[in-house]
Amino acid sequence: MMHTPWLKEGVAARWLAAAALLISLAMVVGLVAVVSAVAGKAFWPRPLVQLHLADGRVLLGEVWTREADPNHPGHERWRLKTGNRDLEGQDFVWVPKAAVVAREVPSAAWLVERREYGNFYGFAGELRSPEGIVRGTDERFSDAVARAIRRGRELVEEERHVLDRLAALHAPVVKYEARAKGAKNERRRQRALAALERARQHEEENAAPLLARLAEVRHQAEEVTLVMNAAGGQVMTVPAAGVVRAVPINALGLGARVELYLSRWWEFLSAEPREANTEGGIFPALFGTALLVFLMTFAVVPLGVITAVYLNEYASGGVFTRAVRLALANLAGVPSIVFGAFGLAFFVYGVGGTIDRLLFADSLPTPTFGTGGILWASLTLALLTVPVVVVATEEGLQSVPDATRDGARALGATRWQTLRHVVLPYAAPGVLTGTILAVARAAGEVAPLMLTGVVKLAPALPLDGTPPYLHLERKFMHLGFHIYDVGFQSPNVEAAKPMVYATTLVLLALVVVLNVVAVALRARLRRRLSRSAV
Amino acid sequence: MSEEVRFRLQQVSCFYGGTRALHEVTMDIPARGVTAFIGPSGCGKSTLLRSLNRMNDVVPGFALTGRVLLDGQDIYSSRADPVALRRRVGMVFQRSNPFPSSIFDNVAYGPRLHERLSPAQLALRVEEALRAAALWDEVKDRLNLQASMLSGGQQQRLCIARALAVRPEALLFDEPASALDPLSTARVEELVLELGRSLTVVIVTHNLQQATRVADRTAFFLLGRLVEYGPTVELFTTPKDSQTEAYVSGRFG
Ligand SMILES: Nc1ncnc2c1ncn2[C@@H]1O[C@H](COP(=O)(O)OP(=O)(O)O)[C@@H](O)[C@H]1O
Ligand SMILES: [Mg+2]
Repeated sequence: MMHTPWLKEGVAARWLAAAALLISLAMVVGLVAVVSAVAGKAFWPRPLVQLHLADGRVLLGEVWTREADPNHPGHERWRLKTGNRDLEGQDFVWVPKAAVVAREVPSAAWLVERREYGNFYGFAGELRSPEGIVRGTDERFSDAVARAIRRGRELVEEERHVLDRLAALHAPVVKYEARAKGAKNERRRQRALAALERARQHEEENAAPLLARLAEVRHQAEEVTLVMNAAGGQVMTVPAAGVVRAVPINALGLGARVELYLSRWWEFLSAEPREANTEGGIFPALFGTALLVFLMTFAVVPLGVITAVYLNEYASGGVFTRAVRLALANLAGVPSIVFGAFGLAFFVYGVGGTIDRLLFADSLPTPTFGTGGILWASLTLALLTVPVVVVATEEGLQSVPDATRDGARALGATRWQTLRHVVLPYAAPGVLTGTILAVARAAGEVAPLMLTGVVKLAPALPLDGTPPYLHLERKFMHLGFHIYDVGFQSPNVEAAKPMVYATTLVLLALVVVLNVVAVALRARLRRRLSRSAV
Repeated sequence: MSEEVRFRLQQVSCFYGGTRALHEVTMDIPARGVTAFIGPSGCGKSTLLRSLNRMNDVVPGFALTGRVLLDGQDIYSSRADPVALRRRVGMVFQRSNPFPSSIFDNVAYGPRLHERLSPAQLALRVEEALRAAALWDEVKDRLNLQASMLSGGQQQRLCIARALAVRPEALLFDEPASALDPLSTARVEELVLELGRSLTVVIVTHNLQQATRVADRTAFFLLGRLVEYGPTVELFTTPKDSQTEAYVSGRFG
């Protein structure tokens, strides 16, 4: 007779379950670990290596990868980031290891991160300014460069500020021009023309000092230039205002490296992207994602809660209720791109087009709401996630003990008062659960956004200092789309790789933070509810 | 009978869906004193009690025939307002069910719903209700504590205070002590007795000793019918019906 007690007592099943759990855990941990590892070192300063090749060429750059040379089996080749795109036309070169005659890490090498053309690697030349020239050999050179860069940044900021003010002066002119062109009758046209005249006059009166200031700022920004020498002998000249940072990177101590590392992360999180998104920061994408999810939550929670309350508290459980439940269950399985198509057809063209015809007729045919924008994208995401909110809220409502409802009703509360004061607060953890699931799903969703308003580079944030502050019609950037764009659509995929992983890490962190906040909130609510009215 | 009558039930039958839970109950409940409903499980005590302030209205398929008069007014007439009725006839349940909020807010819930009291008046009302429920001394220093932090017996007295805060004319208790320990039970019984002096109190109980301790009158139900109703002492010592006798002497149920 065969004895298999371990099978009967579920030992095998337990081991299988444990193994499955371990594998899924390992997958999650592995994903986070890989992304963090790659992203974590993305901004760590790499040493600049100078290679003397057999053909006499001298290269300076960061060694990115070492791998077997497919052209020469048995040999190794290195991928060297040489930067200096303006001089060489490319950022990377392959170097067969066999061709390297000598190799050193020159402590005099400089890294110059520029607003245009990416990194420059080379050696100190001189700093030219109206006050005179500081040579690279001068010990004041480093400090002078740092000061010039700081001053340059101030000038760039001032330039942007002046340009913003000029744009604000010009905005009414554009507005009244459009109004005059689109006017339906002569009287309105005359009124618009008069307003246009006033706006022009106002602009003319006030623009002059701003324009003068702009010219002055630009002049000052060009006066101070940094001249550097590439390893190959070419000379590179850049205005100090065009430099993000310049450091003798091989000579930095650990403290300075950490500082550089952190300042790069900070730049990454807080700055605008440059060079077709492959450099600079991701702030607009981070901001766009957060605002999108926020607006989505704002829309989906009331919608989902009202639906769930209706289904659970008011509907009589007939055919209609069952149809709604069935529709919701099926909605949860629809591919997200279908929601994108629906959002485009319904919100963008349908609702947005109507709003434009009714309220923004003056500016047609240029659409205002009749094109993709953050409002339509967030509403599309809200539709996409409404089933989870409904299901979780219904569970919450069903968990409210009848005794608690009775308690309120026995005091003379109406049905609505009972719902508002007792049932809904009690169901709040359920609502939050639904919200968490909705946010987690929405934060990572990209496909529907591509049809409803996400762009690779948005000219302005959807929330800023110009009235009405929240610009719901504006297009926006998004971390998920940013990853796709930088990783696969950029002209310089290799250089952008660290950005892709760093952006992925930020998206991951954002989702985790949103979830942790919601889970903590729910735990607090649960604790409060746990012991009452069992 | 010269006693003032609070509830007058005339041939009251209750149905859940098609099934009859109560069969033509006719009885008068006086305005003063404690009236107890006893009988085996499922005989319809709770159903009848909940008909007195229309708590069964929301139960799907519930129907009532006959008349229930409160101070002479039919509470099931089409003009009667169930919400206003429940202000006059409060209820305390088998399991305490405080709201997930502070002690103060629990007691203040009813007055806030129905009256516009100043903060000082509201505080007075809460104190009055908590004193009447014999809870004041235990909680007066921690009115902002979550109600859920109180013990089971305290929670039940809090529910009584909550019901008293709207100043009802009648208070219905559905097995209020069945989930409590003996000490808490004794305190709730004391309270029921005390409240019976000023209000109409109806209490459903499983516990025959409890009925003898607190009730002036007792009604015995069996299978949805009112078998016997009279002064508690008589019902327990000289029952007229053989079924009553069998029940009170502990021979079934
Ligand atoms: N909500 C309800 N729906 C259907 N039947 C019910 C409901 N409440 C009580 N009943 C039935 O009515 C009868 C009386 O119940 P109840 O009044 O609760 O009895 P008791 O309180 O005396 O134990 C029982 O047969 C019970 O099954
Ligand atoms: Mg009962």
